[in-house]
Amino acid sequence: MTDTNPGAITTEVVTHLASLARIALTHDEIEKLTGELGAIVDSVAKVSEVATDEVPATSHPIPLSNVFRADVPGVTLTTEQALAGAPEHDGSRFAVSAILGEEQ
Amino acid sequence: MAALNDLTTMSAADLAGKLSSGEVSSVEATQAHLDRIAAVDDRVHAFLHVSADALANAKRIDERRAAGESLGELAGVPVAVKDVLCTIDMPTTAGSKILEGWVPPYDATPVAKLRAAGLIPLGKTNMDEFAMGSSTEHSAYGPTRNPWDLDRIPGGSGGGSAAAVSAFEAPLALGSDTGGSIRQPASVTGSVGVKPTYGGVSRYGAIALASSLDQVGPVSRTVLDSALLHDVIGGHDPRDSTSLNEQWPSFAAAARAGAAAESLKGLRVGVIKQLDSPGFQAGVSQRFHEALQLLTDFGAEIVEVDAPHLEYAVEAYYLILPAEASSNLAKFDSVRFGLRVTPEGGGTVEDVMAATREAGFGDEVKRRIILGTYALSAGYYDAYYGSAQKVRTLIQRDFAAAFEKADVLVSPSAPTTAFKLGEKLEDPMAMYLNDVTTIPANLAGIPGMGLPMGLAPEDGLPTGFQIMAPARGDARLYEVGATLERLLEAQWGHTLPSQIPALG
Repeated sequence: MTDTNPGAITTEVVTHLASLARIALTHDEIEKLTGELGAIVDSVAKVSEVATDEVPATSHPIPLSNVFRADVPGVTLTTEQALAGAPEHDGSRFAVSAILGEEQ
Repeated sequence: MAALNDLTTMSAADLAGKLSSGEVSSVEATQAHLDRIAAVDDRVHAFLHVSADALANAKRIDERRAAGESLGELAGVPVAVKDVLCTIDMPTTAGSKILEGWVPPYDATPVAKLRAAGLIPLGKTNMDEFAMGSSTEHSAYGPTRNPWDLDRIPGGSGGGSAAAVSAFEAPLALGSDTGGSIRQPASVTGSVGVKPTYGGVSRYGAIALASSLDQVGPVSRTVLDSALLHDVIGGHDPRDSTSLNEQWPSFAAAARAGAAAESLKGLRVGVIKQLDSPGFQAGVSQRFHEALQLLTDFGAEIVEVDAPHLEYAVEAYYLILPAEASSNLAKFDSVRFGLRVTPEGGGTVEDVMAATREAGFGDEVKRRIILGTYALSAGYYDAYYGSAQKVRTLIQRDFAAAFEKADVLVSPSAPTTAFKLGEKLEDPMAMYLNDVTTIPANLAGIPGMGLPMGLAPEDGLPTGFQIMAPARGDARLYEVGATLERLLEAQWGHTLPSQIPALG
């Protein structure tokens, strides 16, 4: 994305975001989201007013470090349990359609 | 034996007392709640699924009790479970079509703890899809209605859990709170709900919305009941790497001490200037200031505290949440579980994924995934997500400074009473601003409680009082909350839930 205005939400931007997010949005949805996201982004952009260089970022409310468990085997799902909710499987693996398209 | 309708209106603590004395069996208590669900849930729609095993589980508890086994205090008491929590014996959808009919291969830790303590899961409660919303209108299975007025929203995302307890379909429920999803529904349904300190309750098996904000907590009609449930579900879980590894005091003991307190002398109650806004509904502000007066009359000292960066909390939240959600929801890929939709003429796994997510996600989920994807995009990351994380630091600093001056911080739990279904559906930003009072606690990781503070004079609908404490100070919420609950009930001459309109 080469747009230099971080506030600009166009249908092209939303189309690109939808492809990144793997959602096959319809044309109508893209039109509607373009307007809605524009309004939301204009509003949330306010955060940059106070986010100055000297303020550190917080990614986690209560930081913990070095969270380890004992290196012993635990209870895990069986193959059968892991596959139980799959849309399609062959008894030991998840089944999917072709990973690569013809042109790839 | 108590009449069946008493079994559904009494508190969980009272019901537990009757179960342990043998006056009532768990089968009777469970049946009474199932009957109530059958009678009213076609109108309330708090439940997405009602357990087929509840009576059998209740019978087993009765047998264990009869055999002289020592059981937990809430053993035999029914409980509703928000559909965001995995249950090995019931479908778990998080309110989404993409998970319709999915039965998880494991229990969420809070659910496993309920079962271990002998509580009886009644079913799964409705919610905004993946907990995204403040009204339960974003559920793929239709909205829940507010038992106080069926034309109004029960709050969200945990509107199902709040409506279940306020419609007397369950004495207790589990919720999850990412930006207010326990406390705001409690406010608009006249019930009690607590968001624990981040890490106080395991998130293992809670379908993640925003991992750095999500927290599971109790929903009930009384402060003591929430405390009893919190005692059951809380504590360290090695399966959640953000779970706090420490000993917690008994929250029930804290609630009982608060209910018995003779004075609040020495307690400094901080009113956050930014959350006592003239923009709030007049009846909400009125009840809030009356509650403050009650606390003052009982010896508490009221201090005003300033938290200037709360002005940026909603904005920071609506960058952090979508960013984390867009990443968490990537797991719904049509491969391992849930829906699969193959586009006409087939396609690659990526085409199938995109078609599945288009068909399986609702509008609000798509909106937030796209927003989150945008906020995390190269070139915009620093301006949006990075800045929002800095605001989080500033808000934590504001809270740290405020807790120097006050033992607890208070505000209304929500700016308004319950609004009408459909009223804010077409204006996402207006919906988001509902959470202005609750979001700061999630950003800072501190615990918050919402409890009823009376009905707004202008519309007769419930209003909520929020109490916040420093991280790990959850016991303080129960202590102060139980005192305030007792003072309010003494003033009213009745409990708030006793005023809920009969649903027939």
